[in-house]
Amino acid sequence: MSTAFALPRRHVPALTRALANTATITARNLRRLARVPTLVALATIQPILLVVLFNYAFGGAVHVPGVTHYIDFLLPGLFVLAIGFGASQTGVAVAEDLATGMIDRFRSLPIASAAVLTGRVAADAVRNLLVVGLMIAVGSAIGFRFHAGPGAALAAVGLAVAAGIAFSWLNLLLGIMVRDAETAGLAGLFPIIILFFTSSALVPVATMPGWLQAFAKANPITVITDALRALCLGGPTARPAAEAVAWLIGLLAVTVPAAIARYRHTAST
Amino acid sequence: MGHQPAIVTEGLSKRFGPVRALDGVDLEQPAGTVLGMLGPNGAGKTTAVRILATLLSPDGGRARVAGLDVVAQAAAVRRLIGLSGQYAAVDPYLTGRENLQMIGRLYGLGRRAARRRAGELLERFDLTQTAGRQARTYSGGMRRRLDVAASLVARPSVLFLDEPTTGLDPHGRIAVWELLSELTGQGTSLLLTTQYMEEAERLADAIVVIDHGRVIASGTPGELKTRIGGDRLELQTQPGGDLRPLAQALAGLGTGPPVVDARAGRVVLPVINGPALLTELAQRLAASGLQVADLALRRPSLEDVFLTLTSAPAAAAAHTPPDGTDPAAVPGSPEPAAGRTQ
Repeated sequence: MSTAFALPRRHVPALTRALANTATITARNLRRLARVPTLVALATIQPILLVVLFNYAFGGAVHVPGVTHYIDFLLPGLFVLAIGFGASQTGVAVAEDLATGMIDRFRSLPIASAAVLTGRVAADAVRNLLVVGLMIAVGSAIGFRFHAGPGAALAAVGLAVAAGIAFSWLNLLLGIMVRDAETAGLAGLFPIIILFFTSSALVPVATMPGWLQAFAKANPITVITDALRALCLGGPTARPAAEAVAWLIGLLAVTVPAAIARYRHTAST
Repeated sequence: MGHQPAIVTEGLSKRFGPVRALDGVDLEQPAGTVLGMLGPNGAGKTTAVRILATLLSPDGGRARVAGLDVVAQAAAVRRLIGLSGQYAAVDPYLTGRENLQMIGRLYGLGRRAARRRAGELLERFDLTQTAGRQARTYSGGMRRRLDVAASLVARPSVLFLDEPTTGLDPHGRIAVWELLSELTGQGTSLLLTTQYMEEAERLADAIVVIDHGRVIASGTPGELKTRIGGDRLELQTQPGGDLRPLAQALAGLGTGPPVVDARAGRVVLPVINGPALLTELAQRLAASGLQVADLALRRPSLEDVFLTLTSAPAAAAAHTPPDGTDPAAVPGSPEPAAGRTQ
């Protein structure tokens, strides 16, 4: 056969190629985010409902010392919840890709193998940016305000997106391990739901019974929520932010290499 | 590509736990030919394809694709191959065109080149009309065509198709066959796995029959058919009718003795050039005065292949775990052109 068509032969540096591959996979996943009904709902209707329902259901009963509007206290925690819910779909998607042979196809191509994962995480990050923006808009309409200035507000958005990246890697790992879409969805949701309700996201930890306080204080959702809250509401930020960043780095340090290794291994067995 | 064979394997082995998915497979496929790999479910066909397509590492033996080692030179192999696996691996939420463009971009084509190539393939695979629709709205046959198109984006010199027509209706199956024969006329080497004798016969230059992870026979379709004994003439008596006189009446007519299948109430006769025998058959039946309820001339099926090659019922051959006395080890077969029995 004719080889006139042959693929571009010029030497492309591995990193350039990996980034180009990641961009292509990201574009694929962003298209899916805009077209798969579940994903569209999770990125639009759900964040709006979370803000409105939690604010009006709990807002009348919960009075947080030093906070005038409950929505100011609530919104940072809801960022984490919405991003966590969204991330569970990442495990679902990778399990589906394994089941439908999409991963086999990708692995038979001359591409950087991690691009299939990094492209997924990058698309999630774009979605999370939109979700957080949407929640800020809805929150603002019912009284939410940033109290620590624009720099801290941007840092809060950045931290929320960074938390999303760590959650995405965790869910990629879960999805590759369980290989079944429904199981991956549950495996992604359960920890978020349990950790969310035992964290400082809805109520101050000080109002919980003593045995739960210990757990709540160590809970990563508490740590991340407290850092986000400090960035949104003002007050000392260095320590909570450092703790949150440490959690995220720790989570990434475990999940990124494990997900990549599992991806390479699982796909080939 | 030069004169490098498309595929060479030597003693290729792979275990999954206690199961020997591949148990020492030797293959040689000349460049530009079509090799049909025929076998039942679980025979090891998919494992072989996955190893050759660099998705799976073998436990033992070697495999080269277009002269490149699939383990040591996996990245280079991936630039030369196309794979269409057992399930149509296209993104249901992307349009047909987007699916092909994505694959082109991943191969390193520029945006414009990827778009042009997608357009060519859509045209050729008769998908231009539906190119703007999401693949989830496609019929099974359309999705399979899109999947095969995706495996051709980079004009692979070696193409792997794992059961490309499984799950298609007859119409879709014929459409895929036509497409593949067109393709292979252009010099692409194709390894095709199938459960259908007819499919292998129609498309392949050479066939390997694989079972329990071993090649149990190989050769051209003609050679295999000769070994299997060509067609089957089946005569059915009235329910409860006596089959023995019928079998006696048929003696010497076929390429082998008539076989009495009492449970199915029929006599099966291996024949070559069946239609020409019908006159003789009619005379014998008339002379013997025997009544026949039904008469059929059919092509050998995969079951017949196993029956003949393993001298054991196909069902048993397909379920007996491999051991030292593997029924697959049938000696005395003619050496095939494009593959080697072990």
